[in-house]
Amino acid sequence: MNKYLLLLTLFVSTSFADTLYITLEKDNALAVVDGANGQLIKTVPLGQRPRGLALSKDQTLLYVAASDDDTIQILDLKTLKVVGNLPAGEDPETFRIHPNGRWLYVSNEDDNIVTVVDLDKKTVITEIAVGVEPEGIAISSDGLWVVNTSETTNMVHWIDPMQQRITDNTLVDPRPRAAEFSVDNQSLFVTSEIAGSLSRINVSNKQVEQQLSFHIPGVDKELIQPVGVLAHPNKKLLFVALGPANRVAVVDVQNMKVIKYLLVGQRVWNLAFSPDLTRLYTTNGVSNDISVIDLESLKVTKSLRVGHYPWGITVKND
Amino acid sequence: MLVCLLVSSQVYANSLDVNIAFLTQVRPIPAALSNLDPVLKDEGIQGAQLGAKDNNTTGQFTGHLYHLKMVEVAEEGDVSLALESLINEGYQYVIVDLQKGSLLSLSAIANEKNVLLFNVSAEDSELRNSSCRSNLFHIIPSYDMRADALAQFMLKKRWNKWFLVKGHSPDDLSFAKAIKRSAKRFGMKIVEEKSWSFQHDTRRTAQAEIPVFTQGADYDVLLVADVKGLFGDYLSMNTWLPRPIAGTQGLVPRAWHRTHERWGAAQMQNRFYKQADRWMSDVDYASWLAVRTVGEAVTRAKSIDSAAIKKFILSEQFSLAGFKGTKLTFRSWNHQLRQPVLLATPRSIVSVLPHKEFLHPLTYLDTLGYDKPESTCSFNP
Repeated sequence: MNKYLLLLTLFVSTSFADTLYITLEKDNALAVVDGANGQLIKTVPLGQRPRGLALSKDQTLLYVAASDDDTIQILDLKTLKVVGNLPAGEDPETFRIHPNGRWLYVSNEDDNIVTVVDLDKKTVITEIAVGVEPEGIAISSDGLWVVNTSETTNMVHWIDPMQQRITDNTLVDPRPRAAEFSVDNQSLFVTSEIAGSLSRINVSNKQVEQQLSFHIPGVDKELIQPVGVLAHPNKKLLFVALGPANRVAVVDVQNMKVIKYLLVGQRVWNLAFSPDLTRLYTTNGVSNDISVIDLESLKVTKSLRVGHYPWGITVKND
Repeated sequence: MLVCLLVSSQVYANSLDVNIAFLTQVRPIPAALSNLDPVLKDEGIQGAQLGAKDNNTTGQFTGHLYHLKMVEVAEEGDVSLALESLINEGYQYVIVDLQKGSLLSLSAIANEKNVLLFNVSAEDSELRNSSCRSNLFHIIPSYDMRADALAQFMLKKRWNKWFLVKGHSPDDLSFAKAIKRSAKRFGMKIVEEKSWSFQHDTRRTAQAEIPVFTQGADYDVLLVADVKGLFGDYLSMNTWLPRPIAGTQGLVPRAWHRTHERWGAAQMQNRFYKQADRWMSDVDYASWLAVRTVGEAVTRAKSIDSAAIKKFILSEQFSLAGFKGTKLTFRSWNHQLRQPVLLATPRSIVSVLPHKEFLHPLTYLDTLGYDKPESTCSFNP
């Protein structure tokens, strides 16, 4: 019986295995973590100041923005060796890949542009002029909209990928950072770092229809700086990383109310789900670790040191 | 002498013009002992230009076109006349880089004509208290805010006993007064106070004069008020007792500093350096903020009328992002911009004040400078 149980657990843990790839901004390296066991497998060297990262659609390549090298590096996922570079403009930071698997949108913070890269040809398709200090990029899963936030202009720019140009702009609270479409693509969620707020924008009319301010008892309101945001596919929950407040807010999407604040590492930046949706991972820039959250109980179960300034995170289903 | 300068930008169909002027006056070049630092001829202007450029990037989406005009009045010239002519040309927003005296003569005119003035360089306390004006907004942190930042830091370090050394200029005396106010406010003790009155070239005589000058009292830190930099740089390593220096030299409270890189400041430093070919100064930062204040208010209030803009700037809805990790807003009681102060040595930031331990019922930022109950400003509501 015992043996049977053990076998079962082994089976369960291997069937839900996942690998986490985390950029280490100050180590110029990539941390590779076994998500199910919560163990650091290895660290691989990268270009200077690596930040945003994403997997190719077929999950064979990993793209990493090496901001200070002004490029996006291409890594073979099997060998984790750099096999090429993409022209990505100056100081690439955050990027996303269009559902067609071919267009990559990257924000160039110093030049006020979003560069569109063709992943097959490894060439720049176009550069789109946006507001001052472009930051977050989000793409709707139906591929109809690419949005970019600009931190100093305080806007969400709506890019129509068919025309590769801005067709609309929405003014939001000061210093917008990350954006995330709702699972049904009807709403867009945007975090504003300085205002300490989350806006919900109606995708059909591009108007802000609801706002949420975060309040944590005993935490100074100036420390509550929302950054990364992630929508749960169950359409009910939204997770918001609150930066130096060292917490992740769990938001009830329907009512735009905070259900719970989860204490994680210091200066929490970015978030990712495990493919089986049992865990949420957070990168914590100052405490140099990641936190693992159990999604069923909404409890932090583990923290794991990964290196200096963990920034971006992406997860591969094994 | 009038110099005209337009910031170019893309043309937007049906765009509304927002005209901002930068008014400055030629000042005598201070007879500083050190010839290390070049005298900046474009201080403030570069910051304002970058602000206008940033506003215009936003303006292409909102249909606003920002123009910046630079007016430099001769040393003996009349700044009031310059302001009057700007008003006649329709300017409602004027960034003023002027000394206290000139500024006072302008604020009455501004109030009468519904023109908003943004002070980017005068740090004097009186301008924010007895001589305050409703249409005069102070972007640059006052001497009081700076001294309070120092005092809070010293309190945390328990460097409670201060030796104050001050120069003779009106600015030195203003800053020394602010230091004394802060000492009282945060329970510091000024154990000795001296005026620097040596006439020799300090570079040659520092080793001989300063040990003797600072001999006597025991203290934790030497506070110096030497705004022009005539002697303060030579105090370090020459005091009788081995003590740190803070104030106008040594550990200096700043609005901005070239080593500041947190909260996205690195991007700002890059953009500024690319444009100006030098690092951003406090006055450049304040000028950038001034132009951004107008831009932010115009975008959100959807108006270019100065009365509407003033109302919006003072409302709860207004907030400015200034790369200091918190939103910047205006104090209703003296129109000073609330902001953290950086404590810097020449090549590093030591701390950003206020620290969160300094509690305040409204915002911790109001632990720096004159708070509402202390303000003697006439429009203090």
